Amino acid sequence: MDLTLLGQLLLNGVIVGTLYGVVAMCFVLIYKASQVVNFAQGEFLLVGAWVCWWLLTTYHIPFVWGFLITLVFMMLFGMALQIVLLRPLIGEPIIAVIMVTIGMSIVLQALMKWLFGVFAQPFPPIFERDSVTIGQLEVRTVYVMSMVVCVIVMGGFGYFFKATRMGLAMRATAFDQQVAQSLGVSIRQVFALSWAISAMVSGIAGVVIGIVSGVSSALSFYGIKVFPAVILGGLDSIVGGVVGGIIVGVLENLAHYLDSQFLHWGNMFEIAPFYVLIVILMIRPYGLFGTRDIERV
Amino acid sequence: MASLRPSGDFRSSYAADTAIFDTRASRYACILAIALLCLAPLALDKYQLSLLIQIGYLGIAALGLNILVGFTGQISIGHAAFFGFGAFASAWIANHTPIPVFFAIPLAGVATTAVGMLFGVPAARLKGLYLAIATLAAQYILQDFFSRADWFTGGVAGTPAAPFRIFGVAFDSDRSYFYVVLAYVVASFVLVANLMRTRDGRALVAVRDHYLSAEMMGINLTKYRTLSFGISSFYAGIGGALYAHYLGYVSVEGFDILFSIQFLGMIIIGGLGSIMGTLMGTAFMTLLPEAMEQATKLLAGTPLDAALDLKQNVSYLREMAIGSVIVLFLIFEPDGLAHRWRQIKAYWKLYPFSY
Repeated sequence: MDLTLLGQLLLNGVIVGTLYGVVAMCFVLIYKASQVVNFAQGEFLLVGAWVCWWLLTTYHIPFVWGFLITLVFMMLFGMALQIVLLRPLIGEPIIAVIMVTIGMSIVLQALMKWLFGVFAQPFPPIFERDSVTIGQLEVRTVYVMSMVVCVIVMGGFGYFFKATRMGLAMRATAFDQQVAQSLGVSIRQVFALSWAISAMVSGIAGVVIGIVSGVSSALSFYGIKVFPAVILGGLDSIVGGVVGGIIVGVLENLAHYLDSQFLHWGNMFEIAPFYVLIVILMIRPYGLFGTRDIERV
Repeated sequence: MASLRPSGDFRSSYAADTAIFDTRASRYACILAIALLCLAPLALDKYQLSLLIQIGYLGIAALGLNILVGFTGQISIGHAAFFGFGAFASAWIANHTPIPVFFAIPLAGVATTAVGMLFGVPAARLKGLYLAIATLAAQYILQDFFSRADWFTGGVAGTPAAPFRIFGVAFDSDRSYFYVVLAYVVASFVLVANLMRTRDGRALVAVRDHYLSAEMMGINLTKYRTLSFGISSFYAGIGGALYAHYLGYVSVEGFDILFSIQFLGMIIIGGLGSIMGTLMGTAFMTLLPEAMEQATKLLAGTPLDAALDLKQNVSYLREMAIGSVIVLFLIFEPDGLAHRWRQIKAYWKLYPFSY
């Protein structure tokens, strides 16, 4: 038993897990608001990270400005996707909607590879000190930043949905579209806004991951890893998404620990969440916090 | 579908309503097409034949997916993994047991059905979105299994697959293997066309159209969802086995999620729930990269080539083309090529009066 390694991996799991949580939150936001399962969530991270990287390395602007421009771009990007590609599909069968997002993800992924190449690119350094000491643990600054950003984003989400008028409108739409519409909520605005917010926040997550481990097409795998997280937490629960994300993050690191110490199968890190996913689907498909689907005729 | 028939063309018996071919002419056209395909190896060169063979084995697998997605309304994003499992299973059976390749191919289909059923246990309870996610997990789990199970897949080195052979005659050239694939294509398409005329086939369609009503009419949802998943895996396995014995070698790579999505693209482009459309869509998806390759060659040296650096980037452009074709078809032609074909036929039949 190597307890230091275990501790390190658990910490790592929580940090990566919060990132999964943020992405899962964005995924659930789109699902709740517009009933679209977004298979292109990982590509939002990819696009955000590449755009920010491109702004920083080509124009040498300060990080803050590059970051803000990226956020605005991602907002417009998400909105445009919703209006151009998904609005025509309202009312179509679920397969059509799923396939459009899958098609979108292929196009975006190939486009990014084409524009920026297939190799991982590091972000220009942002912090002066590489690591900080918290208590007795030496932690890399980027990890601290990642945690802080994630917590701020989650807090922002909470505030937005609890306290603002638009957040209330979005919750109303998720609860019952027709009633919300009859009370004067513009469903079109809500749909577009949910995509905009989701793309923007995913872009933030993309930039954070890019700073931590470099920008490459591996970022889009976060969009796949989000499925175990949201199924575990419940598809229509934002809190569930966050909790599911953290659980998946810790779980894959635990699997990695078990594997490296005892089993030596290799690659458990990547694949363990999918086994969990199958088991969850078999015993509790609505997840930990999701609403159970009751069918009435 | 029915609306495209000319007015006054009523069907007055059950036999006429369940006939595979609407008219005698279309039946003869189909038989003529098969006869022409039998002569194809005499006229076509090796490259064209290899494309036809590719359309054949991919078409069989896509047909299986169309039963699941188009007829039963379930979604699978793991079809390529099952296709790959069929390829490895057939190669393994032919290499490690005395069973000849002739029997190994259907056995591989059965083995793939068994694996499909394993993942189909959740399928029996799940529908739509949840099944899509379960099959996504199946895709990654099986891919991981391929790279892990050296005894089965040969690991990184891949596994050789013996050529197809009956009564000591080896079908190891494109020319002779073409007939093997053609026989399988004809058999599987006839089987599926007939399946859709039976009680079970209609039950599948009922599950797709309104599963609650179907259940109330006494259709066992669990049974039919699992059945459809099993049939779909079976065809994927057969297609994969034909692929293995055609190439003579199966590599661990290549059965990735992009390939699964290509299968979905084939049936969407061809037309969900259309048997002939499956072949059209497969042909479209197979010829699209080839057409792009040709276009790249034609454009070599032009300013466009210099601007885009086509030779370097054609693989990304191909992926983008696959993705955008899927999106464009879903938005502008959701019923696929089969629908367009029916419209063209109706136009000619009714000309010059379009009703």
